[in-house]
Amino acid sequence: MHPILTQLRRLVFYLLGWIPLAGMLTYLLAVPGRLTWWQAGAVAFPLCLLYAFVCLAAWYPCLATPLERSSVPRFLFTHVVGAIVASALWLLLARSLVRMLSSSREFRGIDSRLSEDLPLLFGTGVLLYLLAVGFHYVLLAVEASRQAEARVMQAGLLAREAELRALKAQVNPHFLFNSLNSISALTASDPPKAREMCIVLGDFLRRTLGLGEKPSIPLAEEMSLIHAFLAVEKIRYGDRLHMEEAIDPAALNAEVPPLLLQPLVENAVVHGVANLVEGGWIRLAVERRDGVLEIAIENQFDPEAPRRRRNGVGLVNVRQRLEARYPGHASFLATAVGDRFRVAIRIPVESDDARSLAGHAPLEKTR
Amino acid sequence: MTVPEGRRIRTIVVDDEDLARQVLREFLSAHVEIEIVAECANGFEAVKSVTERKPDLVFLDIQMPKLDGFEVLELIGPGPAVIFVTAYDTFAIRAFEVHAVDYLLKPISAPRFEAALERAKERLSGKLPPPPLPAMELAAAARPPRQYLDRIPVRDGASVFIIPVAKLDYAEAQDDYVALASQGKKHLKQQTISSLEASLDPSRFLRIHRSYIVNLERVSKIEPYGKDSYVAVLTTGGQLPVSRAGHARLRAFLDR
Repeated sequence: MHPILTQLRRLVFYLLGWIPLAGMLTYLLAVPGRLTWWQAGAVAFPLCLLYAFVCLAAWYPCLATPLERSSVPRFLFTHVVGAIVASALWLLLARSLVRMLSSSREFRGIDSRLSEDLPLLFGTGVLLYLLAVGFHYVLLAVEASRQAEARVMQAGLLAREAELRALKAQVNPHFLFNSLNSISALTASDPPKAREMCIVLGDFLRRTLGLGEKPSIPLAEEMSLIHAFLAVEKIRYGDRLHMEEAIDPAALNAEVPPLLLQPLVENAVVHGVANLVEGGWIRLAVERRDGVLEIAIENQFDPEAPRRRRNGVGLVNVRQRLEARYPGHASFLATAVGDRFRVAIRIPVESDDARSLAGHAPLEKTR
Repeated sequence: MTVPEGRRIRTIVVDDEDLARQVLREFLSAHVEIEIVAECANGFEAVKSVTERKPDLVFLDIQMPKLDGFEVLELIGPGPAVIFVTAYDTFAIRAFEVHAVDYLLKPISAPRFEAALERAKERLSGKLPPPPLPAMELAAAARPPRQYLDRIPVRDGASVFIIPVAKLDYAEAQDDYVALASQGKKHLKQQTISSLEASLDPSRFLRIHRSYIVNLERVSKIEPYGKDSYVAVLTTGGQLPVSRAGHARLRAFLDR
């Protein structure tokens, strides 16, 4: 379909563009004096209106001979032939129009007077057609750049999605290596315990499988993932790991992005408890209030601990995911005061009541 | 350090996870020539035990509370043979640059463990050459580029102090040692001033003299001192001599 014809607005602008051309044609016809201004106008304007539609046909030869990929002879041949055919049609239109007009009293005899202007008319038809060809090439270029822009945006979106999927599906491999080492220790000293650890580790891994594909899961499911994770860590760290939870029962069926909180709990273990000789606590609190989930994860840490690898990567991931998922509607705040590290998150509840995000006022954005 | 024929190899196992120590204990129990003289669960304990018990061999975890494995090695010096044990493969190059005997990845396989122990025995019997340089010089060399110290561990006998670099006023060379002035105290550390200089952020610390590095935040002014020489006056009181080259560097900094 021709791009001008797909939208009424475009068509109107296109036809308006022909008004000055029709004016010029009126001028050309009236100046030699054979026609009055009125007669010239009455011929030129309807003729141009018809020719405007004829010239739209230039779209197809333009499409078939793209500027940058066509040979010069072919380019010239296509458009010269096009111009001659269009202009012949233009003459034909002019002749029939004049014949129709000459039957009325005011226009009597203009057909014979106009026949002297036929070469001029033919030349004008060729020029107008070539003008239309130029116009169509511009149109094609604009269309192409718009498509390229859309492709770039699309590619960016896809890349971002892929990245987020990768972030979500991330289970820290060192957690796995350390856990396997613990199992290896237990096989000799405490085989039943080794078996138990295999089972809890398997349970955790199974739960993380496939979570990356899901857009969201109920908080209850994320919590059982966290429990499976902590069951493994509890065997490794023993009494050093203390977990406290305060979960609002009303929050449990709220939908949250999968693997949002587990990395934060893992962070609290790796950068908090693991660095404390006597161990430490982690507190997780979730409340649901006015369509908003308020999540706080707090842990003890040693401010003088040696720097660990991957420091903060988990936090950056979570923040980026929230920003991508709830642009302007979520907040993320990480603070360290004394020996306490706290991450506070607020996200809109998008769950059971199936109300859209649009219903929520933007939350204040932090960091 | 070499172990005489017939004596058992005194060994210390360092890991903050009980189960990880247990694996090593189990593997080591098959070797009568090994004697486990201590087990440690953090970096401070490790430095204390090594200082007091002078082991021949140390199995050393890298990520631990208080001090990481590299900091422990830096403080205990080049005495014992060290085998790093960690879940992270990213430290391997650094480990060999500080002349670790071997680098075991968790979960530890028995054959791999035996190979590491064999290497350690070769090192201890003198068949493998001992590390040619003090470990701490190498620790500085092995630090990734553009990553400067944010704390300096110092050992005093069997106990360990941690000096955050923000609290280091200046460092003074004293023969094979540097004296680190922090919060009104001086801590001695066996290290050359040049290797310390290389490990400190040059935008915060400046070598103002052959024997002095100063924390730029502590410099309140520069005063002439006799003919052609200067002193830096510190905000903590006290003055440090400034060499001519040091003066040019310091001026360039203060004028910026």
